[in-house]
Amino acid sequence: MLRYSLKRLLSLGISLVVASLVIFAVIEVAPGDPARFMLGINAQPDTVAALRAELGLDVPKVQRYLAWVGGMLSGDFGISYTYRVPVGQMIADRMWVSLPLALMALTLSTVIALPVGLYAANRRGGRGDMAVMGLTQLGIAVPNFWFAMILVVIFAINLRWFSAGGFPGWDAGLLVGLKALTLPAVALALPQAAILSRVMRSALIDILSEDFMRTARAKGLTRQQALWRHGLRNALIPVLTIMGLQFSFLLAGAIIIEQVFFLPGLGRLVFQSISQRDLIVVESVVMLLVFAVIVVNFAVDLAYVAVDPRLRTQL
Amino acid sequence: MPQRFTARALTPVLALIATVSTASAAETDITIGMQLEPPHLDPTSAAAGAIDNVVYSNIFEGLTRFMGDGSVVPGLAKSWDISDDGLSYTFHLQGDVRFHDGSAMDAADVKFSLDRARAEDSTNAQKALFTGIADVAVIDPLTVVLTLEAPNGNLLFNLAWGDAVIVASETIETIKSNPVGTGAFRFVKWVQGDRIDLVRNGDYWGTAPALEGATFKFISDPTAAFAAMMAEDIDAFQTFPAPENLPQFDADPRFKLLIGSTEGETILSTNNKMPPFDNKLVRQALAHAIDRQAIIDGAMFGYGTPIGSHFAPHNPAYIDLTGNSVYDPAKAKALLAEAGFADGFTTTLKLPPPSYARRGGEIIAAQLRAVGINAEISNLEWAQWLEQVFRGKDYGLTIVSHTEPMDIGIYARPEYYFQYDNPAFQDLMTRLTATADPDQRRAMLQEAQTVISTDYVNGYLFQLAATSVAKTGVQGMWLNAPTQAIDLTGISWAD
Repeated sequence: MLRYSLKRLLSLGISLVVASLVIFAVIEVAPGDPARFMLGINAQPDTVAALRAELGLDVPKVQRYLAWVGGMLSGDFGISYTYRVPVGQMIADRMWVSLPLALMALTLSTVIALPVGLYAANRRGGRGDMAVMGLTQLGIAVPNFWFAMILVVIFAINLRWFSAGGFPGWDAGLLVGLKALTLPAVALALPQAAILSRVMRSALIDILSEDFMRTARAKGLTRQQALWRHGLRNALIPVLTIMGLQFSFLLAGAIIIEQVFFLPGLGRLVFQSISQRDLIVVESVVMLLVFAVIVVNFAVDLAYVAVDPRLRTQL
Repeated sequence: MPQRFTARALTPVLALIATVSTASAAETDITIGMQLEPPHLDPTSAAAGAIDNVVYSNIFEGLTRFMGDGSVVPGLAKSWDISDDGLSYTFHLQGDVRFHDGSAMDAADVKFSLDRARAEDSTNAQKALFTGIADVAVIDPLTVVLTLEAPNGNLLFNLAWGDAVIVASETIETIKSNPVGTGAFRFVKWVQGDRIDLVRNGDYWGTAPALEGATFKFISDPTAAFAAMMAEDIDAFQTFPAPENLPQFDADPRFKLLIGSTEGETILSTNNKMPPFDNKLVRQALAHAIDRQAIIDGAMFGYGTPIGSHFAPHNPAYIDLTGNSVYDPAKAKALLAEAGFADGFTTTLKLPPPSYARRGGEIIAAQLRAVGINAEISNLEWAQWLEQVFRGKDYGLTIVSHTEPMDIGIYARPEYYFQYDNPAFQDLMTRLTATADPDQRRAMLQEAQTVISTDYVNGYLFQLAATSVAKTGVQGMWLNAPTQAIDLTGISWAD
C-alpha cells in the first residue's frame, strides 16, 4: 500500500510539472498583450511600454515561468495583471461559489441517479424502465445551458421564486446563498444524473446475472433484498469512476452555467481573464483545475480499495 | 417508490428555499446592470469604459465635467480665467470640498493629479489629453494655474474626461480596489464577478443626490441580461447588449427604452497603406457599395444614425455628408473598373466581438460581393484585434465603433491603424488646437469632416445608438452618452 501510494505520488508530481509547462507555453503564445488591452486604442506607445514595465511583462519568458512555478510552490500565485490583486485571493473568493455549486450538483445528481438506476434495473424491460431510459436519453441530449434558460423562464421570470442569477455572497446568509445556487445546481445536476442513472442501471443489470446473485436468491433472499445487500455494493465501482469524472467536470465545466446565471465562480473568472489576456490568472486557475482533477482521480483510486477488498491484496 | 420519495422529500426544501426573500429594495436605491465588469476602479490608468461607468461623476470628479447633453460645465473648479494669449488658465476651486476619507481637496491635489497623468512613466490611457501642459502651479489652496506651451481650445473639454479626475496622493496606492474621490457617492464594496455597491456621500459639497445607494451588477451574457430585467432583479440596464430584445421591453408597461446617441462613430476602417486601398478610387467604390440603412436595420434593429464622416450628429459643428457616399452599386463597379479592378479583388474583413461588428460584417461582406469584392471574414477577440489589426496593421478592412468623444484628431496620426497620411489635414488639426474662437473652430471642424469624407478614408456607417432599458419609474438617467458614464447624481424614482 505504501509503495503504491508513493508511486502514485511520484506520477502525480510528474503530471503537475508537465502540465505547468504545457499550460504556460500554450497560454503565452496566444496573441494579445494585457497592457495594450487595458489601455485601449488611444494610448501612446510609451504609455503601453510603461505599463508593461509596471506589470513585469518586459521580463524574459523563461524567467517569468520560473517565477510563476516558484511562487506557486510557496503558495504565491502572483498578482493579476488586470485586477491588481493577488491571484490566490481571487481564486479563493471564486472557489466559495464554484465548490459549493459543484458539491450541490454532485449531491443532487447522486440523490436522483442512484434510486432511479436501482428502480430501472429492478424493472428491466418494464414500462417504468422504458420511461426512465427515455427520460435519461433526453437528459443526456439536452444541453445544460438550454435547460438552465428554461429554468430561468419558469422559476425566475414567471413564478418569481428565484432570482434570474447572481450571487449575493455567503455573508448575506446561508439560505440566501443556497437559494442563489439552487437553479444553477439543478441545471448542472440533471444531465449528470441522467448519465449516472444509466451507468447505475447497466452496472446493476450486469451484476444481476452473476453467480453470487443467483446464490443469494437460492439462500432465500428476495430479489429486492439481494439487490440491496449484494448488488448495490458491487455496482459501485463503475459508478464511482463516473462520479470522479463528473466532479472534475462540474468544477471546470460550469463555465457556461456560470455565464447563464452570472455567478462569480471560477469558470467566469477564466472566461473574463482569457478575453482580457490576464495570463497569470488563466495559468493559475487552469493549473489549479489540473491539480484538482489529479487529486480527485487519486481519491477515486483510493475509494476503489475501500469499496472492493479484493483490490487490497493486489497492491 | 424511490422517485416519489425523492420528489416528496424535495418539495418542502424547495418551497422553503423559495420563500427566503431578499429584502425588497426601498425606492431610494437602484440596481443597474452593465455588460462588462471594470478591471479595477482607477479611471486614470486604463481605457476600460466600464470603469468610467461606475466612477465618473459618482465617485470621482474633475475640474470640469460633462453633462448628459454633452456640454462641459464647472466641476471642482467653480470658475476660471483665461489669459489673453490663451496660454494660462487660472482655476478657482470650489471651497470646502472633502475626499471621502475626510481630507480636504485643494490645489495641491489638482497639481498632483495632473502631474501624475502627464508624467514620463504615466500609465494614463489618454495621456494625449495632457500634452501641451507646460506647468501646473499652486497659487493658494483654492487657486491653480495651468500654463500651456501653445493655446489649446480643447483644454476645458479635455479636463472633463474621466481620465482627468482629481485624485489624492494619500490614497493613490489603493485607488484600484478602494477608490476615494470627492463625488456624491462613496465606494462601499466590490464583490468581484458580481457587483459594486455605492452609498450616498453625506458630506457632498454639491447638491445632494436623490438616491441613497446604488449597485452596479455585471451580466455579460445577453440572454442572462434579458432574464434579469424580466425578473426585475435589476432596475435598469446600461447599453442593453441585445438590440433584438428592445421591442419586447418597449411593449412591456413595466419598462421603458432610453434611446439616445453615443460618441461611437461606427466605421468600416480601411487600411489606407495596403493595396488596393491606397487607391482613392477603390475606397470611393467601397463607400458607394455600402447600404448603411440595411446595416442599421439588419445589425442594429433600426437603432443608429447614418453618418458620412467621422463626427457625431448631435455635435453643433456636425454637417451631414452622407451625400458623398450614397448607396450606388453601379457607380461602385464603375469606379472599381476605372481603378483597374473590373474583376474585383479579395481582401480581409477582421471583426471584433461586438454585435454591430459581427452582424454588420456579414451584411457588408454580402454587399461588397455584389460589386465583385470578396471580403474574407475572420472573427477576432478584442485582444487579438488589438494585436493583429490595431498594432500589427495586418488587415484590409475591419469594423469598429470609435467611442472616444471628439476624436477626429486621430486622422492626423499617420501611424494610427488606418494609416491615413495627409499633411494638409494634420496642419488643419494643429491650427484647430491653437484656436479658441468658437466660430472659427466650428468652421475648421466642418472642413475637417469634409476632407476625410471626400478622401473616403474609411467607410462611414452609423453613429452607435445608446440603447438602455429601465423600469418605468426610473427618472433622470442619461439618454445620450457624451462620455462613458452612468451619472447617478440626477437619477430618482417617480412617486
